[in-house]
Amino acid sequence: MSAPLPSKVSVHGVSMRFPTDGAPIEVLSSVDLSVADGEFVCILGPSGCGKSTLLNIVGGFLRASSGSVLIDGEPVEGPDPRRIFVFQERGVFPWLTVEGNVAFGLFRLSPEERARRIAHYVKLVGLSGFENAYPQELSGGMKQRLEVARALAVNPDVLFLDEPFGALDSITRLVMRSELLRIRRAEKKTILFVTHDIDESVQLADRVVVMSTRPATIRRIVDIDMPHPRDLSSPRYNELRDLLLGEIGLAHKI
Amino acid sequence: MPTKSDAERVLLPLATAAVAILVWALAVRLSQTSVFPSPWKVLLGLRELFGRGVLGPYIGDSLRRVASGYLLALVLGIPAGLALGWHPSLASAFNPVIQMARPISPLAWIPLAILWFGVSEAAPGFLIFLGSFFPIVVATMNGVKSVPSMYLLAGRNFGLSTPRLLARVVFPAALPQILVGLRIALGIAWIVVVAAEMMAVDSGLGYLIIDSRNAGKRYDLVVAGMLLIGIIGLALDTLAQRLERLPNVRWGFQQDTA
Repeated sequence: MSAPLPSKVSVHGVSMRFPTDGAPIEVLSSVDLSVADGEFVCILGPSGCGKSTLLNIVGGFLRASSGSVLIDGEPVEGPDPRRIFVFQERGVFPWLTVEGNVAFGLFRLSPEERARRIAHYVKLVGLSGFENAYPQELSGGMKQRLEVARALAVNPDVLFLDEPFGALDSITRLVMRSELLRIRRAEKKTILFVTHDIDESVQLADRVVVMSTRPATIRRIVDIDMPHPRDLSSPRYNELRDLLLGEIGLAHKI
Repeated sequence: MPTKSDAERVLLPLATAAVAILVWALAVRLSQTSVFPSPWKVLLGLRELFGRGVLGPYIGDSLRRVASGYLLALVLGIPAGLALGWHPSLASAFNPVIQMARPISPLAWIPLAILWFGVSEAAPGFLIFLGSFFPIVVATMNGVKSVPSMYLLAGRNFGLSTPRLLARVVFPAALPQILVGLRIALGIAWIVVVAAEMMAVDSGLGYLIIDSRNAGKRYDLVVAGMLLIGIIGLALDTLAQRLERLPNVRWGFQQDTA
């Protein structure tokens, strides 16, 4: 990173405790993070470490026990159409067609603008010809594309993706990653992407935030200094991968 | 999913019906009963009813009563169920009352219905309303409660106000379960109309049955009326089931194959 970019998302001392019958469970412990405008940040950590909780706090779905989240300098008070959360492909609405799903967030626009956006985003995610199909007629990968299209159609500045490709098979997952990078070149967005997949984070991110086990803190932030398209067999790729493996605390051999 | 062949779908039920009619005919003949009618006598009875010109109006009256009570239950029951499913405090307040009122057979209300509405159209309408209201409310309430939170979060994320969220996310997400409730309620409404017509009015299929027995012990007409009730009930249920194939609810009735 050469010149310091203005901070799009900034997380200050965020902690999260969930009340239980006994002592409250601490899930996040004073997390500080700053994400630049247009940056692609992966939050990497073991399952159940609290990385999704962090994303839900930044997205406005959960309120932190302490600390604050600012986006464009304003505190996050709740969910906002300028920042869209993409779930696993189960988040698409099964009662709406592909077109209906993409149009879901466009109710404030004129019919002409709505039609233009639908056409544009259906095409961008490669679902042309499926405009009138219902989600149950689509494969898992297509449903995920649909959810991304629905999110992009409202032209948000920030996308939150919570293990979006976790339910897909490994080949579809690879395809979806390169699709996401292609879409990102077309529509520059700030992206926070939660994953427990080390390869995924090295393939996608500008920076990888490695979380510890619960209560999660940031162990380390690793710059992925490789230009796209990234060569998955290059020495640098393997170096970064091994570095992250080590940070997560896993052996390098199986 | 293996598709059943047409032969299996049509011929098997027909064969079962044929066997049942045969058993019925044999039972009447072997027992030499003079009271219970044979299938042939029932068929003649049906023709007699057609000839008298009462059948059409009677069927029409029964269907009209079901329609009025049922539609009222639908119009009041779905919003009530949405409200109860959406506001946990409302559900806490009303659910015990609903769960207590629900197992009371609508037929137990007949004396009160006659007391309040007299021998009039309103009495069967009220009973049908009672019979179908609770299944619709409960199915809608449960449907709303089981809407996946992910849909609600997504709806909120796109900036939907609560009324919009209810109309555009909660209602369509709960619709498959609501349809199940509507179908159950329609079946109950059709059962209740017959009983109500035996007590409170002097037309309709229920009245036909009780009148055929009271005026001359015409059991052929009683059984003919019963068969008609069964056939029309089946037709209503088939129509209600058809709704499950509408494209925007089909997802709720299929196993997810993706």
